[in-house]
Amino acid sequence: MELLVNGNTHVVDAPEEMPLLWVLRDMLDIKGPKFGCGVGACGACTVLIDGEPVRSCVTAAADISGAVTTIEGLPDGERLHKVQEAWIKHEVPQCGYCQAGQILTAVAFLERTPNPSDRDIDMAMDNLCRCGSYPRLRAAIKTAAGLEG
Amino acid sequence: MGRIAKYTRRGFLGLGIAAAGGLAVGYYYYQKPYPNPLPDTLEDGEFTFNPYVIIGLDNRITIITPRAEMGQGNHTTLAALVAEELEVDMDQITAEHGPAAPAYYNSAMMRDGAPFAFFEDGLVAETVRGAMGVVGKFLALQVTGGSTAMVDAYDKMREAGAAARMVLLEAAAARWGVPVENLKAARGAVLHPNGEQLSYGALVAEAALLKPPGSVVLKDPSEWRILGKSQQRVELLEKVTGAPIYGIDVELPDMLHATVSMAPRFGAKALSADTAAALATPGVLNVVEFVTNTEVGFGIVASNTWAAFEGARALNPTWEAASYPGDTAGLTALFDTTLAGEETFTMGGEGDAPGALDAASDRIEARYSVPFLAHTTMEPMNATAQFRDGKLKLWLGTQAPGLAASASAALLGIEAADVEVETLRLGGGFGRRVEADAAVYAAAIAAQTGGKPVKVTWSRETDIQHDAYRPMAVAQMRGALKDGLPEALDMRVAAASINKSFLGRVFPSLGGGGADRSILDGGFDQPFSWPHARFAAHQVDTAIPVGFWRSVGNSVNGFFYESFLDELAHAGGIDPLEMRLKMMQDPRHAPAREALKAVARMAGWGAALPEGVGQGISHVLSFGTWVAEVVQVDMRSGKVKIDKIWAVADPGLVLDPANLKDQVSSAIIYGLSAAIGQEITFADGRVMQENFYDYDALRMAGCPEIEVALLENSPRMGGGGEPGTPPVAAALGNAIFAASGQRLRDLPFGNSVEFDLG
Ligand code: FES
Ligand code: FES
Repeated sequence: MELLVNGNTHVVDAPEEMPLLWVLRDMLDIKGPKFGCGVGACGACTVLIDGEPVRSCVTAAADISGAVTTIEGLPDGERLHKVQEAWIKHEVPQCGYCQAGQILTAVAFLERTPNPSDRDIDMAMDNLCRCGSYPRLRAAIKTAAGLEG
Repeated sequence: MGRIAKYTRRGFLGLGIAAAGGLAVGYYYYQKPYPNPLPDTLEDGEFTFNPYVIIGLDNRITIITPRAEMGQGNHTTLAALVAEELEVDMDQITAEHGPAAPAYYNSAMMRDGAPFAFFEDGLVAETVRGAMGVVGKFLALQVTGGSTAMVDAYDKMREAGAAARMVLLEAAAARWGVPVENLKAARGAVLHPNGEQLSYGALVAEAALLKPPGSVVLKDPSEWRILGKSQQRVELLEKVTGAPIYGIDVELPDMLHATVSMAPRFGAKALSADTAAALATPGVLNVVEFVTNTEVGFGIVASNTWAAFEGARALNPTWEAASYPGDTAGLTALFDTTLAGEETFTMGGEGDAPGALDAASDRIEARYSVPFLAHTTMEPMNATAQFRDGKLKLWLGTQAPGLAASASAALLGIEAADVEVETLRLGGGFGRRVEADAAVYAAAIAAQTGGKPVKVTWSRETDIQHDAYRPMAVAQMRGALKDGLPEALDMRVAAASINKSFLGRVFPSLGGGGADRSILDGGFDQPFSWPHARFAAHQVDTAIPVGFWRSVGNSVNGFFYESFLDELAHAGGIDPLEMRLKMMQDPRHAPAREALKAVARMAGWGAALPEGVGQGISHVLSFGTWVAEVVQVDMRSGKVKIDKIWAVADPGLVLDPANLKDQVSSAIIYGLSAAIGQEITFADGRVMQENFYDYDALRMAGCPEIEVALLENSPRMGGGGEPGTPPVAAALGNAIFAASGQRLRDLPFGNSVEFDLG
């Protein structure tokens, strides 16, 4: 199969049902998407496919035709994405393990909802963070949306 | 990355390894120090002054921060301790975890194991604490746990910075031929009164040849530039760019992937397994068996992790029956029976509680319980191992690299000195990564891969079903009131000994571990004056592994004790805050009083609230930090909606306010997730929960607003990572009572009331 990841085309020889997460991590050595649950329940493995957030642990690589963006492909060259900048400003990450998934989920969310309410944020940002970085995460999203801070 | 590669190439664990090379000028703090492990790791042009400081000719300054970074920001604060005294700024330094080495033992952790309340500082208490610190040094436990990282490092690492600064100043004095008193250090350079300056890099080669100072004078906190102020965390960039920094991200040439399949019933052996089906799974290369102290299992080795998971499914082993009551009802009966029998030991206490209770006319009695809990670190358990030529290398995120090494060595029958550990970042720890199991299983599998490295990743299901759980516990509380105030307390707690369970896993030769204070922590050691009180532990032994879950026994007994105090207050018709303050008259309890009063002010305690809205208060002293919390709930919809949580924490000394507040908030959310919805239950001897769909934690929508304030009244320094957890369950239960009159005594509360989580 052929996969377009962060602008590069990869030809991969993987079983039909192999989830994108493991193709990325174990075959293409793209480690940004993290393994958290394997059943679509935590969001650590989130990537963007044509801009939409997708849980890559439950998405077969063979089914994907769109362009995959992982956290590695988010910055514009050396320039971090504004969501990443906001994450640094608010020092969101604790252990950091969930954050690639959180950031990509936030990027897609803000594309769709540039002026989110608190309620919008709560509804869209459903990824698990076991460190409980939620208060800072909320603040960082508002900054990235240009709402405050 | 150069030095990190060197850590992996050399072993530092053997006590016999002397500091090699001509630059072993380490500054040591105690009579018989361990050698500085850094000389062997230096790159060209680098010099080390002691186990914490490396300076290069090119002015690169590296500070070794030898504790696990699992989200608590301790690399930043540990580095700040050195930077403050070394007179360098935080933007001039890099923080590295450094090698596993005895020089980095954690003595504060052992001190906290002594059976005394934190505020007890009589001669006996101090002597025992000192002796236990020596044990920590003897075992060279480089452990991150018990919220001890800062307490342990506070003097050691400031002294390390000061000692290096002093020889740099001396070197400059010699170069310029001026008295050292005339010179000053600032921003990584030595300043001459005439305005000239020499950077540390320009001085380091000479300075490294000087004898380290015999004693150092540390700055007065009023002179601090860095400590006491919030610092930006040192590892932000890598964490927002998805850098491969965690154990699970390790990639090595020729590396195989594997997972484990283990007995779902603890201690059971396999009766059968479909090895052929597993081997027929595409990508599966081999199925191996392993036997360790704790588990019997299979390693499924494959060309990628997913194939290994699929192979494990196909293997589908059948297992023996359990040696303990197979379901939660049976376990509960065992706990209740144990509680009705003789106690195993008592700790603390005052007067004659049973006598006072028998004589009292105004008595209340209640049974409380908490379930087993899994940790569910965000990054599932994993470890990478390579066993070649009788030597083992391990790559993993661990809170205890020395234990990972010694337990793996014991399994393979090699010396601990023949194990090298590279500690990577941890995707969460919470006490789970003190355990050596992930390392041991990886070592067992690596012994069967013909010398190839193998990364062993557990599925989330395995992670949840093979944890070292927060112990289940049942308490029988009896209290008596006199003139509306508590007069006597008899607190009996049935739980397993974590020490015994843990030692059985990692140091089986050490035996049962004696009286385990964690069964009563958060109860017997709290800052209250009772005319009569008795705290009794009824130890329950089962094969279910129990371990260190963020705040350990304090999360259990903090809930029992602080909930029951609330019951006594309501029974006596006195305000719960008022009652606590009346029982905390001892001057040594002052930090608790101040924390409670402060949190009450923040929350507007005592103000009239609408019907169906209520506030609950609690205070728990744990790991030397005093934490008071107020939870406000709104139950007008019929569901419990948490409006807000206020917390005040007093660790004696605040080194980084923003980071400490984050830790308190994180610990509250961790405790809240458990109080609302988490429990590990058993049926047919196996854990019933599998993944986040049946063992979830709070998400953003359910996370209430949390406001944290800090105080510094405590006379000694306490920890940061855990003390926020213990008070929250009781404060929540007390709030639910205030709002509804319904007293909840069994966790999780979600089994009794419905929560509105957004
Ligand atoms: S790993 Fe994909 S949702 Fe959890
Ligand atoms: S930062 Fe640790 S899980 Fe989110």
